[in-house]
Amino acid sequence: MTEVTGTARVKRGMAEMLKGGVIMDVVNADQAKIAEDAGAVAVMALERVPADIRAQGGVARMSDPDMIEKIQAAVSIPVMAKARIGHFVEAQVLQSLGVDYIDESEVLTPSDLENHIDKWDFTIPFVCGATNLGEALRRINEGAAMIRSKGEAGTGDVSNAMMHMRKIGGEIRRLSSMREDELYVAAKELQAPFALVKEVAETGKLPVVLFTAGGIATPADAALMMSMGADGVFIGSGIFKSGNPAQRAAACVKATTFWDDPKVVADASRGLGEAMVGINVADLPAPHRLSERGW
Amino acid sequence: MKVGVLALQGDVREHVSALIACGVTPISVRRSAELDQIDALILPGGESTTIAQLSEVFGIYDQIKDRIVQGMPVYGSCAGMILLANEILDAKVGQKSFGGLDITVRRNAFGRQVDSFESDIAFDDGSADLIRAVFIRAPWVERVGDGVQVLAAVDKHPVAVRSQRLFATSFHPELTGDHRIHRYFIEEVARPALEKVK
Repeated sequence: MTEVTGTARVKRGMAEMLKGGVIMDVVNADQAKIAEDAGAVAVMALERVPADIRAQGGVARMSDPDMIEKIQAAVSIPVMAKARIGHFVEAQVLQSLGVDYIDESEVLTPSDLENHIDKWDFTIPFVCGATNLGEALRRINEGAAMIRSKGEAGTGDVSNAMMHMRKIGGEIRRLSSMREDELYVAAKELQAPFALVKEVAETGKLPVVLFTAGGIATPADAALMMSMGADGVFIGSGIFKSGNPAQRAAACVKATTFWDDPKVVADASRGLGEAMVGINVADLPAPHRLSERGW
Repeated sequence: MKVGVLALQGDVREHVSALIACGVTPISVRRSAELDQIDALILPGGESTTIAQLSEVFGIYDQIKDRIVQGMPVYGSCAGMILLANEILDAKVGQKSFGGLDITVRRNAFGRQVDSFESDIAFDDGSADLIRAVFIRAPWVERVGDGVQVLAAVDKHPVAVRSQRLFATSFHPELTGDHRIHRYFIEEVARPALEKVK
């Protein structure tokens, strides 16, 4: 009996197990426990939530290993962590810590302005952001085992996440309606490998799980993303920058499970107190828009 | 036979596809009324803490537990195995299971995701053919009670167990496209149990 680790099936399968769930950004062990108690399927360990990265500025990097290990010790659910785009050494460090998933994330300051990490080299699976289908397929071609549509992280404004889910969904539907001999040009236009383009055209979906992220702050936001075809949601600043994180976290979990039942979403939305204040994406000067990082 | 898949969280879609491939009509179960319609249930892979908690929040925890006591056939994969176990080690504080299967299971026993693996293993359903088994942050069984059969093991740790109408695997047959485990549940576990009741 030979046991093989790090296969595409094992990496992609891990993401399948997270479907229908909420992954929450946490900056310490206490927050991680609140997230686990609220029903999060995983936590994303990071030093500053996007809202603070935005407020404080500067270069955002991988978190301190001590802090990641404290979070790993505090909870039994999977722990994810972020590496900078292209920073394969940060990714190697995270793999050595035994994190369950690495997010090669535009929320951190990119370390390479041309290349992403060669994710096939790793045993640990990666999730990567995408604003459109071509970008998603390029990441999958580099070995990403999960995709999250990018939103504008740290704003509480869901409009970018919405735009990118519509874009990815629309491009998939377009491929599904094409003749096979038209897919070559489609691959050229998407700047994505033909084999992946063909697979998407045939199956009508990405070959990996698609979550959504960026600006989700309320149960209704989570349900909106699920109804746009997301397999699950990441909530970053939205929970721990709100008035009552435990209650809001549990409410977002409920709304994600029953996204198609407005009564449940209504109940989940009651008496949550203050949501994160939020920033309108339109008010952000273009150089500060995180979702425009990556290519 | 109507087979439900508990659809609160996890890889519900893969189990639904496997059931369709086996010629069974699947029903996604999130509500009490859906639970009333089914003859047998699959507890999918996912996050066991999340699934248990959502079943309580949405008021179907007791109903599932009662149906198991009353004799509903159930198959659980990975998180589903944890949810069927009478006792859980390395659980979150206060973590509940539906129980019914007299086993002690250790969560994430094979390790974190970096240790997740696939392997060809023997499955004791009468066929000598090996089966491709995918283990993702998988549990194993540390104690089996009286009347619990071990149907597969990895390094001497039981990874597939059965007690009459309750069946569980630490691996994910729903990810491989090989439906032998689902067929086993339907034909060897659920159907005989349901015919006995009639």
